[in-house]
Amino acid sequence: MKRILHLLALALLLPAGLVKAQGLDIGLVTGNESALPIAVVPMPYLGTSVAPDTDVAAVIRADLNRSGQFRALSEQDVIEKPIRGSEIKFPTWRVLKQDFVVVGRVLDAPDGGYRVEYELWDVARQERLLGLALAGRPRGMRDVAHQIADQIYEKILGVRGAFWTRIAYVTASGVGDNIQYSLMIADSDGYNPQTVVRSREPLLSPAWSPDGRRLAYVSFERGNSTIYIQEIATGAREVVAAFRGINGAPAFSPDGNRLALTLSRTGNPEIYVMDLASKSLTQLTNHYSIDTEPVWTPDGQSLIFTSDRSGRPNLYQVPASGGDATRLTFEGDSNAKASISFDGKKIAMAQGRGNVYRIAVLDRSFGGAGRWQTLSPGNLDESPSFAPNASMLLYATKEGGRGVLYAVSADGRVRQRLVLADGDVREPAWSPYRQR
Amino acid sequence: MNNTARVLLAASVALALAACSKQVKEEPQPEPPAPVETAPVSDGRYTPADLDTDSCLRQRTVYFDFDQDVVRPEFQAIMACHAKYLGDRPGARVTLEGNADERGTREYNLGLGERRGNAVSGALQGAGGSAGQITVVSYGEERPVCTESNESCWQRNRRVEIVYTVR
Repeated sequence: MKRILHLLALALLLPAGLVKAQGLDIGLVTGNESALPIAVVPMPYLGTSVAPDTDVAAVIRADLNRSGQFRALSEQDVIEKPIRGSEIKFPTWRVLKQDFVVVGRVLDAPDGGYRVEYELWDVARQERLLGLALAGRPRGMRDVAHQIADQIYEKILGVRGAFWTRIAYVTASGVGDNIQYSLMIADSDGYNPQTVVRSREPLLSPAWSPDGRRLAYVSFERGNSTIYIQEIATGAREVVAAFRGINGAPAFSPDGNRLALTLSRTGNPEIYVMDLASKSLTQLTNHYSIDTEPVWTPDGQSLIFTSDRSGRPNLYQVPASGGDATRLTFEGDSNAKASISFDGKKIAMAQGRGNVYRIAVLDRSFGGAGRWQTLSPGNLDESPSFAPNASMLLYATKEGGRGVLYAVSADGRVRQRLVLADGDVREPAWSPYRQR
Repeated sequence: MNNTARVLLAASVALALAACSKQVKEEPQPEPPAPVETAPVSDGRYTPADLDTDSCLRQRTVYFDFDQDVVRPEFQAIMACHAKYLGDRPGARVTLEGNADERGTREYNLGLGERRGNAVSGALQGAGGSAGQITVVSYGEERPVCTESNESCWQRNRRVEIVYTVR
């Protein structure tokens, strides 16, 4: 029944979203009744210059909602607007059934930017949990808001927030000979999209370096698949694999020194590890099946990859030093393209049953064969990518014949669509934490 | 329950289709047949002009079943005439472009497209072509000729295109 309600919500929201389709459609598709209620009171500009164009409180609210862990009071229900802790009337927020209240104000910073001072209060205990100030340049106020959301998230849940992160994805726009592929990066909520590389030939499989400064990806601009590594800030890039056959599925090791990849230079796709300093290659698999989509376990000791050696694609694990591969997935008809949570406990993948492909998560926290959960309701859902704190995942699906991205909370209860104005969006990859 | 969910989802997709302008990718136009300039030859060997006029050689797409790379029997005649062309014209070169439908992951489909290309390459080599004349490139699911999510569209995308780079 619950699922039917979710799908009804989807059915009601979809047409409006696609008609609008300018910039981003960030409407919540589903809600979570058990999430923590929090009121983020509007934070007025108290300076003497021009007010920032970012509504800091609104960005914080949207971040907390998207996580699935919080239910932010909508702005029209914020009936009192204290801007300091001393102005909070706790009975009001108790009546509104809010567990937490965030108040703040935006001031001028000496360097021409802004300074946001804010406080997080526990309503029941009438206790201040946080009282902090963050400064940012006028164009960086969304970054400031995401960092505040991260601090609130971490203070209440004890888990580092991942709102101040980025996503990489590939877009395809135009048709026929005019098709244009772009590798993009944007904030984790889809704002501030920037083009990393543009090509008339297919681009796919973006992968972040652990320091978040470089992207590896596959481009067909030379006629065949080729793996590049590109510095995001400068645009400088190098070809790291352009062998005969497939050059695909790059994945940086957790220490950033090695790159796992798929090469079919022997005539068949196999998993290799490249030492990035010397470019020397170690072959990890040797099987007549398709072996591809390697990802590293967080300890760097092994890799999980897709192979159809059992007849259909499934996930296998192999030591990074080489050796026998162990099959991990026995659910559904096929399981492919793993994404591993930072603690190594959860593996997300695209799981196929007949013609239906959904995002499934295998939770190995409890040992044994693990526990399964399906996180998405679509028919062609693929490319899951965990946030660095594993609180959310991104994935790609098709709606109305075009590719769109969704962010879904790790418990599957909150989903949010990120749609670009035109064309097809696919291949999302969530960045590591950003470094200040 | 599951059926209800499917129907609802289908309804939402239908609404979405009605709400947005549909973008259907046009199929690449076949090359216009070049005028035949060479005189007919009598030794039974193919000439470059035959690529534009011969009803078998003009067929340059081989289709496959889902997640399969077996060249189906109905394509054996096409394999035979292209293999003969390669045998008749040792200077000719082809690129076999392998493709997959949208189901399955993109990198897996790169592998599948390559497998299909290799299957066609093997068939051509078995019937007169030589390995040095053939290059296989896989585009996986990145170059669909049709973008709808149904079997009639998927079967057009599961293909190998035989592209002559030197005639």
